Amino acid sequence: MGFKEYCFKKSLWLFHFGGASCNNCDIEILACLTPRFDVERFGMQLVGTIRHADVLLVNGSINQKDKVRLLELYEQAPKPILVVAIGACGCTGGIFAQGNTFAGPVDKIIPVDAYIPGCPPKPEAIIAGIVKLLHK
Amino acid sequence: MSKIIPIGPYHPLQEEPELFKLYCEGEIVKDIKWETGYNHRGIEKLSESKTFDQVFFLVERVCGICSTSHPFAFANCMEEIAGIEITNRTKYIRSVIGELERIHSHLLWLGLAGHFLGYNTVFMWVWKYREPVLDLFEMITGNRNSYAMFKIGGVRRDIPNDKIPAIQEVLRGLKKKLDMLVGAVMDDPVIHARTKGVGVLTREDVIDYAAVGPTARASGVDIDVRRDDPYAAYPLVSWKVITAKEGDVFAKVEVRLLEMYESVSIIEQCLEGLKKEKEGDIEIPVDEIPAGMGTGRAEAPRGEVFHFVMTDGSNFPVRHKIRAPSYVNIATFKKSCIGQTISDATISLAAVDPCYCCTERMAYAYDAATGKKLLNGSELVRLSQAKTDEIRKKMI
Repeated sequence: MGFKEYCFKKSLWLFHFGGASCNNCDIEILACLTPRFDVERFGMQLVGTIRHADVLLVNGSINQKDKVRLLELYEQAPKPILVVAIGACGCTGGIFAQGNTFAGPVDKIIPVDAYIPGCPPKPEAIIAGIVKLLHK
Repeated sequence: MSKIIPIGPYHPLQEEPELFKLYCEGEIVKDIKWETGYNHRGIEKLSESKTFDQVFFLVERVCGICSTSHPFAFANCMEEIAGIEITNRTKYIRSVIGELERIHSHLLWLGLAGHFLGYNTVFMWVWKYREPVLDLFEMITGNRNSYAMFKIGGVRRDIPNDKIPAIQEVLRGLKKKLDMLVGAVMDDPVIHARTKGVGVLTREDVIDYAAVGPTARASGVDIDVRRDDPYAAYPLVSWKVITAKEGDVFAKVEVRLLEMYESVSIIEQCLEGLKKEKEGDIEIPVDEIPAGMGTGRAEAPRGEVFHFVMTDGSNFPVRHKIRAPSYVNIATFKKSCIGQTISDATISLAAVDPCYCCTERMAYAYDAATGKKLLNGSELVRLSQAKTDEIRKKMI
């Protein structure tokens, strides 16, 4: 068992970074935690600070103001950390990629481990993405 | 010497990035400042580079929670410019989508409010009962959020008559759950103690700050765009505007809960109306958009959405101005939070159902070549005010 597998063997704790998003991915992430999908069964929960997190969920297009803070958060994160870009905006910038404040996409700023496309991705897709990432 | 307590910008309680600074003395909040810009995407500018059909997909993504109200207002606006009267079936379908969205948005807010109060049972319940509404959206439009239903002169998809019983079935189930929720929230002494007399906005405050939507209606200001400036099927069905007098957080909960019943009633009447109209009669062909200016309004779950579009006869808007309800509602924090304890400030902040992704405005202009800041937000505001002064002087 490698070091990375060892680190992610037990319950994953998530930190959610909502960039300049339209809020859809944010509420779908919350929907994952509520009774219909309930990922807390597997011990996954949102934590208050990046220093406790195993996974950094990033959604939304990243603008100039977010970019600085995303970098800072990534530097504070305990390594290894899994970064998941959620939604069309997280993956490519989506409809906002031509915007005048756009500074992303996420993978130009920090290394990304998994992409979950969709606008917004359904909660099933988000869960499937994270499960696939764990088995990688 | 007051202490500053920051909330945000990336706080686990909030699903959106925003920063509140509470200036506290002891436990009492003396002043509040809020800072945004974390969510600015430059939508008004982007809109000028999209054709009218594409703008719908863009304005839908102004806000994911009220993702029909912006296309609704934009459609109203474009139809005013083009002088189109839409068919009755379109009107009913639009209202059904709009009201379903109001239900899902109010449920979402109620859950988050419960969460802020430490009442996580309500949070989990409400989000569970919200799922059937999203399933309905998936059945009608093909997506849980961002429905892409609107276009100029009509809607993109019909609601076939054979799907109507399934919708009615969900609504019946939803009504029972609403009864349960209303019973749980209205009779709970703890919720009464935490929300009554907290974050009070008086009628005068609401008028001073030009607040809209449930925030205004909870303080006794009887405004609702659906009635005051009728659009879609709202004049064709009977319903009433819910208001309350107290202006505290409890009144806002009450208004939103009772509005959901009205929404259910509106949808039921619209579905009856749909049965009478011919299937498939869902659009008026639009050949060209003439040059002109138009405004469109729609009542979003959070209040009035306002769109202004200027066209020049081409395929693209020349200017597109959007005003979202949270833009005015957020300013009322200055009245509702000051003088409260920190613990009450959170629910007061949440009570207006702020939506930052709608609200973002440009903070400063900068020189792309050198990266040097040219103007910051307050300087821009000062410039704008100076210009108004100048114009005013000229006119006098």
